[in-house]
Amino acid sequence: MQNYIKLIALALIALAAAIGANWARDLAYQVHAVLIMLIAAGLFIWVLRQTDEPVPQVTATGYMDDVVRAGVIATGFWGVVGFLVGTYIAFQLAFPALNFDWAQPYGNFGRLRPLHTSAVIFAFGGNALIMSSFYIVQRTCAARLWGGNLAWFVFWGYNLFIVLAATGYLLGATQSKEYAEPEWYVDIWLTLVWVAFLAVFMGTLIKRRERHIYVANWFLLSFIVTVAMLHVINNLSLPVSIFGSRSVQLFAGVQDAMTQWWYGHNAVGFFLTAGFLGMMYYFVPKQAGRPIYSYKLSIIHFWALIFLYIWAGPHHLHYTALPDWASTLGMVFSIILWMPSWGGMINGLMTLQGAWDKLRTDPIIRMMVISLAFYGMSTFEGPMMSIRAVNSLSHYTDWTIGHVHSGALGWNGMITFAALYFLTPRLWGRAQMHSMAAINWHFWLATIGIILYAASMWVTGIMEGLMWREVDDQGFLVNAFADTVSAKFPMYIVRGLGGVLYLTGGVIMAWNMWMTIRGGVRVTAPVPAASVVAE
Amino acid sequence: MDTYSLLRQIADSWVLLAMTVFFLGVIVWAFRPGSRSTHADTAQIPFRNDDAPTSGEPK
Repeated sequence: MQNYIKLIALALIALAAAIGANWARDLAYQVHAVLIMLIAAGLFIWVLRQTDEPVPQVTATGYMDDVVRAGVIATGFWGVVGFLVGTYIAFQLAFPALNFDWAQPYGNFGRLRPLHTSAVIFAFGGNALIMSSFYIVQRTCAARLWGGNLAWFVFWGYNLFIVLAATGYLLGATQSKEYAEPEWYVDIWLTLVWVAFLAVFMGTLIKRRERHIYVANWFLLSFIVTVAMLHVINNLSLPVSIFGSRSVQLFAGVQDAMTQWWYGHNAVGFFLTAGFLGMMYYFVPKQAGRPIYSYKLSIIHFWALIFLYIWAGPHHLHYTALPDWASTLGMVFSIILWMPSWGGMINGLMTLQGAWDKLRTDPIIRMMVISLAFYGMSTFEGPMMSIRAVNSLSHYTDWTIGHVHSGALGWNGMITFAALYFLTPRLWGRAQMHSMAAINWHFWLATIGIILYAASMWVTGIMEGLMWREVDDQGFLVNAFADTVSAKFPMYIVRGLGGVLYLTGGVIMAWNMWMTIRGGVRVTAPVPAASVVAE
Repeated sequence: MDTYSLLRQIADSWVLLAMTVFFLGVIVWAFRPGSRSTHADTAQIPFRNDDAPTSGEPK
């Protein structure tokens, strides 16, 4: 019976998509409609072949790890794609000829840049967050994921969102909001997927078998809830046509700018910080084999972060039409935020107290420590850059890009790599990763890559900021914009090389994961916690 | 009074007070007597139930 309803629904979706493809007003919408039509038709055939067949009785008692396995593979895949696009556009900035004429307008920097940011933040980071929250919430609640195949809907639905967003950027569909570029129908789809994600997570929490909710789950839940709120409010828009991708924002002017950066900064705060802190509070204790240094500190860390982060957004709008009091508020809260951030970093690092020797023997622990070190560094740098006087120098320069990447490559990237190295052998029943030496290579390539990236961006950012504000004794500006562009060339090459190193590390990781998943004999004994790599 | 001013006034008086009190309350609650053993037990959660869900009663 259920299959008949599914068949009717899928047929209707395929039909609606076919009509949409026929009447589409722009290319992006048309391609997306064809894509959705094909997916719905494929699913229709798949469901049809199962209908009225005997249903095999599956006893679903253990943890639901299939979807986590899929998430691990998707994270590795999107990571390499995102790093590759990032490295390519870094060289496009150094050598504009790489904006090939034959690839216009699709291969233009302006279209590849949002593809890069969304691929690394939402595809790589988002898949990492979804798969690790599914893994963590099951273990720390001692309960199977709630909702059965709903978790699969979340996984495939989220990855469909990424494909729609990415192809949309290349075909020119964007609402021009940074980190919120996807157009209205993609936003609506993500909202549905996100509500399902929340339902799976909450359902598992509610049927938990532990009395207390472990702190990692607090961070993960706050990430899910807040991202839902941010996404819905920042994407309030009215489609121009139901058959086109264009839409008009409901907010206008400075209200729109404030909403955008309230969203933008809290995407950093709750997607890239709270969510990844949830991963940190689970994987660091697991890998170190010791409980978190101070559980009390983790509670205070959580609430302080929640109460402070949401106010920090206006620091993106210093010296704009935004009222002074609002940008001062944002600046003050950004500076206060420094303390809980460092509290969290200290809590993570001190978990290794008494186990610091593992830094020598365990490359995964080393990745976690460097990740926390970069977390500490970028959460000091960020508040400093939010101060209005510093911001007048740093804003619109490459310093901002360097800051973002020391946070994203250092903190988010490294903790995700560590989580992937933690999960891959466990999920596929292997004793350990295929090659420990390769993890070491990855660690050093990534670390040196980040250092090259951040250092070159500091130099070029501060240089460019100083050049822009330099005036002669008559009060005239000394440098034209093009002067700064040519002065930045050497640093752009260094940044590109940093990207190449980071990408190489990512490729080595993908190879290592592939070999771990494919090779070797399955071990039947459970993998003992945290002793896997300490040979 | 227009809506903006009204909301603004509520936000920077009672709501601000409520949030501050809640936040301080969380800190006091974290340090309440007897929290040490609870927290020590909760911090051990990642080291239990690694391989399979438990079917017993909640601990």
